[in-house]
Amino acid sequence: MVNAEGVHKRFGRLEVLKGITLEVQPGEVMCLLGPSGSGKSTFLRCINHLEKINSGRLSVDGELVGYRQVGDRLHELREADIARKRAEIGMVFQHFNLFPHMTAIENVTCAPIRVKGMGREQARSRASELLERVGLAEKLSSYPSQLSGGQQQRVAIARALAMEPKLMLFDEPTSALDPELVGEVLAVMQQLARDGMTMIVVTHEMGFAREVAETIVFMDGGVVVESGRPREVLANPRHERTKAFLSRVL
Amino acid sequence: MPSTEVTSQTGRPDDIRAVPVRHPGRWIAAAVVLVVAAALIRSVVTGSGFQWSVVGEYLFDHRILAGLVVTIELTVISMAIGIVLGVLLAVMRLSPNPLLARASWLYIFFFRGTPVLVQLLFWYNIAALYPKISLGIPFGPAFVHPDANTLITAFRAGILGLGLNEGAYMAEIVRAGIISVDEGQTDAAQSLGMTRVQTLRRIVLPQAMRVIIPPTGNETISMLKTTSLVSVITVTELLYAAQLIYSVNFKPIPLLITVSIWYLVCTSVLYVGQHYLERYYGRGSSRSEEARVDLLAGSLAAPDGGAGH
Repeated sequence: MVNAEGVHKRFGRLEVLKGITLEVQPGEVMCLLGPSGSGKSTFLRCINHLEKINSGRLSVDGELVGYRQVGDRLHELREADIARKRAEIGMVFQHFNLFPHMTAIENVTCAPIRVKGMGREQARSRASELLERVGLAEKLSSYPSQLSGGQQQRVAIARALAMEPKLMLFDEPTSALDPELVGEVLAVMQQLARDGMTMIVVTHEMGFAREVAETIVFMDGGVVVESGRPREVLANPRHERTKAFLSRVL
Repeated sequence: MPSTEVTSQTGRPDDIRAVPVRHPGRWIAAAVVLVVAAALIRSVVTGSGFQWSVVGEYLFDHRILAGLVVTIELTVISMAIGIVLGVLLAVMRLSPNPLLARASWLYIFFFRGTPVLVQLLFWYNIAALYPKISLGIPFGPAFVHPDANTLITAFRAGILGLGLNEGAYMAEIVRAGIISVDEGQTDAAQSLGMTRVQTLRRIVLPQAMRVIIPPTGNETISMLKTTSLVSVITVTELLYAAQLIYSVNFKPIPLLITVSIWYLVCTSVLYVGQHYLERYYGRGSSRSEEARVDLLAGSLAAPDGGAGH
């Protein structure tokens, strides 16, 4: 589903990604672990082209992100094409980023109506189904400011799912939550994984990584240090840096 | 905490009844203000120079009312031009195209950097600069070329001067509003597949409105009064209508009072409109809801002078 080969990303002189190579299979749940500043979130943002990569190849579902290959030359995609591809990838942010001037259900119906051209009625009934699925059937007409962090993040997940994405990206979805609200968000994500969604999750929740992920990738300093099955990486890390990190978070 | 348990069992504890601190300074200040106000009101009501009967006579004079209509027209049309132009210039300035950004900067530099009165006179005398104005393909054939003197009437010169000037100020207000919206909002909108234009129109601008509306209200009130400058290019708006009358009857003071009353009436109407606009665009923001609850609670149950802040 996602294929990265030697992905580099620089911000000015700062090189954040120094050659990331990894592969995500359809239906796979991958957790990206690593200390802050290791490039996990940047890599996630590259996948739906919120950031442009400087070198390497990055493709989603067999198609290059942000470019079109003609012969052996790359052509930049037009904005509308980039937008169309982003619409197939859902993203959930650390700070939820719900639209504060819209109610929960408007947040969820907005993109299907504006981007997919879905009818209002259909969008509303699908949105209320989704919000019910994440346990917020009572909160359809609440504004984000009236919801708890955990509820906001569940609305954000429903908003992303409303576009029927083939891939979901989670950028530290529970890091901004009060500890007692983390569980409700993780439960929704676990259910999503069980339903067969392809997911890439940047997280510090080791319990979630151990139980839900098929693959764990440990990143540090802009490179993949090691990756593998959760039990192998978490129980028997091979690299010193992984060991040091895990001893601090576990 | 045992004390709270006790009070919750026995019901509400008695309110504290303490001897309030004396504020002699407040009493003195209030007395001074009252005396000055009384003197002022007395002079206004009894002073013969005010000629209140003349004010009443001209308040609904058809020439004054016609001038009022022109003032309102000028304000509405100029603000409409200013707002549309302001949004356009703000978007241009934030555009990734450097030429558009610079062009917008230059426009703002020019129109903010010269007095609006000078700009008004410029537009009024535009025929001296461009006797013929041609509409057509640039450097190609023209379709119409009306005479500048007939196209740019005094009223239109006023609209142009005020509207184009306002555009420069509104551009900065709109830009501030757009910048104030969290970048995460753009990320979220784009990750859902919205284009730049959709993101701006549906997500960023509606949120920017909360920041844009209050200064725009100020600008509108300011515009209402700035329209009086148009009197120098012989547009018969409220002030010039009054001037025409007092140049004949030699009663400037009561006529200027008449004019002031109408300006006050108009600004009061604008205050009310601004209040409702702010409420509409503040929806979903917790602070505006709290403020409304505070206001409600304050008006119902807090007669203690309202010295909360």
